[in-house]
Amino acid sequence: MSPTEAAKRYPTVWRRRSLRETAVGWLWTAAVAFAAAWSVSALDIEWAFFADAHEQAIDLAQRMWPPRWSYLPAIVRPMIETIHIATLGTAIAVVLSVPLAFLAARNTTANGFTWATGRALLVASRSVNTVIWGLIFVAIFGPGPVAGIAAVAARSVGFLAKLVAEAIEEAQRGQIEAIEATGASTAQVYRVGILPQVLPVLIGTTVYRWDINVRESSVLGFVGAGGIGLYLYASINQFAWQQVLVVLLAILVIVLASEALSAYIRARIS
Amino acid sequence: MTAYPTVWRAPPFFGSRTQQRLVLAGFAVYLVWSVSDLNVDVERMLAGFPRALDMLARMIPPDFARWPLLLNGMVESLQMALAATLAGLLLSVPLGIAASRNLAPRPIYLAARGFIVVGRTLHEVLIAIFFVKLFGFGPVAGLLTLAFASAVFLGKMLAEDIENVRIGPVEAVRATGAGFAQTVVYSVVPQVLARSVGVVIYRLDANVRHSTVIGIVGAGGIGQTLSASFSRYDYDFALAILICIIAVVACGEWFSDWVRRKLR
Amino acid sequence: MKDVAGTTARERAAPARALLAIEALSKVYPSGQRALDGVNIVVERPEVIAIIGSSGAGKSTLIRCINRLVEPSSGHIWLGDMDIARVSRRELRRVRRRIGMIFQEFNLVERLTVMENVLSGRLASVGFFASLFRRFPAADIAGAYALLDRVGLAGYQDMRADALSGGQRQRVGIGRALMQNPDLLLVDEPTASLDPKTARQIMRLIRELATERRRPALVNIHDVALAQAYADRVIGLKAGRVAFDGPPQALTAGVLTDIYGAEDWSQTIRRADDEAEAGQ
Repeated sequence: MSPTEAAKRYPTVWRRRSLRETAVGWLWTAAVAFAAAWSVSALDIEWAFFADAHEQAIDLAQRMWPPRWSYLPAIVRPMIETIHIATLGTAIAVVLSVPLAFLAARNTTANGFTWATGRALLVASRSVNTVIWGLIFVAIFGPGPVAGIAAVAARSVGFLAKLVAEAIEEAQRGQIEAIEATGASTAQVYRVGILPQVLPVLIGTTVYRWDINVRESSVLGFVGAGGIGLYLYASINQFAWQQVLVVLLAILVIVLASEALSAYIRARIS
Repeated sequence: MTAYPTVWRAPPFFGSRTQQRLVLAGFAVYLVWSVSDLNVDVERMLAGFPRALDMLARMIPPDFARWPLLLNGMVESLQMALAATLAGLLLSVPLGIAASRNLAPRPIYLAARGFIVVGRTLHEVLIAIFFVKLFGFGPVAGLLTLAFASAVFLGKMLAEDIENVRIGPVEAVRATGAGFAQTVVYSVVPQVLARSVGVVIYRLDANVRHSTVIGIVGAGGIGQTLSASFSRYDYDFALAILICIIAVVACGEWFSDWVRRKLR
Repeated sequence: MKDVAGTTARERAAPARALLAIEALSKVYPSGQRALDGVNIVVERPEVIAIIGSSGAGKSTLIRCINRLVEPSSGHIWLGDMDIARVSRRELRRVRRRIGMIFQEFNLVERLTVMENVLSGRLASVGFFASLFRRFPAADIAGAYALLDRVGLAGYQDMRADALSGGQRQRVGIGRALMQNPDLLLVDEPTASLDPKTARQIMRLIRELATERRRPALVNIHDVALAQAYADRVIGLKAGRVAFDGPPQALTAGVLTDIYGAEDWSQTIRRADDEAEAGQ
């Protein structure tokens, strides 16, 4: 039919969203714009700084070049220490996270109170950054890698336990019931009915977290918790920029290597 | 009549049985070596436990008396996180497009991808130090740090989404005679937008978390308040700050989960 | 062909130009593969033309060369009196507006609604911001509603495309193509992803619409029975060349053997006769 005939017989207006939905959409946009304006204005930005910032950046880059390779032998041991901190911290976290996960999963916890406790521990562990945990443990154990290991473990326990708890809650009911029906004890049910379903998640998540922890461990030294961070901090304070570049490059290398290794292992598992 | 075996062992988790044993053995060896290598002063560590109890005693009860200072620090952190997420979002669009194999010419693609790799590897504390050097102490350095980290993260996500776009609908829209910009808006953006909003909310939440840390190197926010309280041994104030951080971060994560679930 | 100036003078006295004339069209890929090797096709009246041939014979390449989703290596494609194989990119956009395409995989924008997908046929006629905010002219919207009614999807305009079945999606695709009010319809294996019954419904719909609007339609199809049942003319491609060009009744077992290879074709052809009876 011709366009004029069509216009007489059919609607000529179409909206994807109802008027109400459109209004709500604009409200959200306004809220975001308002929040943005508020946050930027309240921060009191000295725009003058931006003017010569790029000059300073270039100046800094020039001072970093060339890297002082002679510094490299001095940081080999701290680099290894960094990896130790990450690995041992993750290992401790794995051991602690399994019971915590069972505690925080709705279908395996004893009662509402234990579940709440489990969840609370999870939240506390995950909301505090590794570096802040480092601050806390340095106050307890004094400076050194022990504080670092504890910090890594404290942060990772919550991370691992949350994902494992989710896996436990999603564990297929049928498999668990079948084991229960044979009259096995609770521990046996967990061991045979739940753990095999959860193990791939646990291992994959652990490897993933280990690789993140390597990155985190590299800066723990800033609060005194061991690893390469201390040397980086010292080099910056001494304005030894060429050393700083060497340390940064070394950190780049081990983080990339750990990421590659982690991706490889996780690909092999699945 | 054939005799059946009387012993059965479950197949190993990965590889062969020997491989599994080797890996576990190797790991055990590593554990022993690393612990000895670390020169752990066991005495000092044990001495730490009574010190921990002492610290705990000084922490409790938490001291909220200086709550204006706490509030100031917290608000500053939130402002940094919010502004940084928006700035990072704006910067991530060109970066993400440049890092997509199917949209960008090869040299630009490689440069953008390289930039993203280096950017993601650097810990935000390190980036914060850099910006503090350039802009001085305070929340401006923090804002820039988080904006940089956000731009890199969001740019990578965007590039992945663009690379995964289904080419069929794009071809179909092009075949109607639509221009380049129209084609992108009508066939690429709807496909990419689906995940993008959720990712931005996730990043906002992550920025709130990170904003608490970068203060330790002087980039503003509650981290600076916390670091100061520790160095002054004000453990009860420190606990108050920690509780506040936990509450805000937990709320932020709950909010982020809720919004993302609603968007699905 | 002769130069443009010469033909225009003679054209006024000459019979109407062909609707579509493909002349010596070739496509050679960098690997050396010859997808099309001197294809000549003239379409003088509006008809439904089925293009058959085995995989790799060049059917899809031919269709896509016409609206230049694939760039031809050499040859001419005359749409009316314009050689669209040669036009600039800007001119090409205008040419594409006159050609509606229907795809095997439907190619709808999944997360958009049916209405938005149909309206995307009119994108070339609206500005950028109009398309961004989905502000299409009233006539277009009414036309879209009318089309949805015609293809049997009345009331579906607000549904998301990914909530539809295969047959329904293809109807939306047909609506989108017709929304352009095209001079030519290109259809690339419209039924390959559909079940047999839906396939027949779609073929019937395409044929009805092409006939109603008096427009030629080039339909790639691998199902010979469907081709015979719904086409006015069949072109068989073999190794990038035209091996057969004639009415469906002329498709003998010998012709099919030439195009596809040896097979028991008696089943296929006999079924097609039944098909023709049932379809009419």
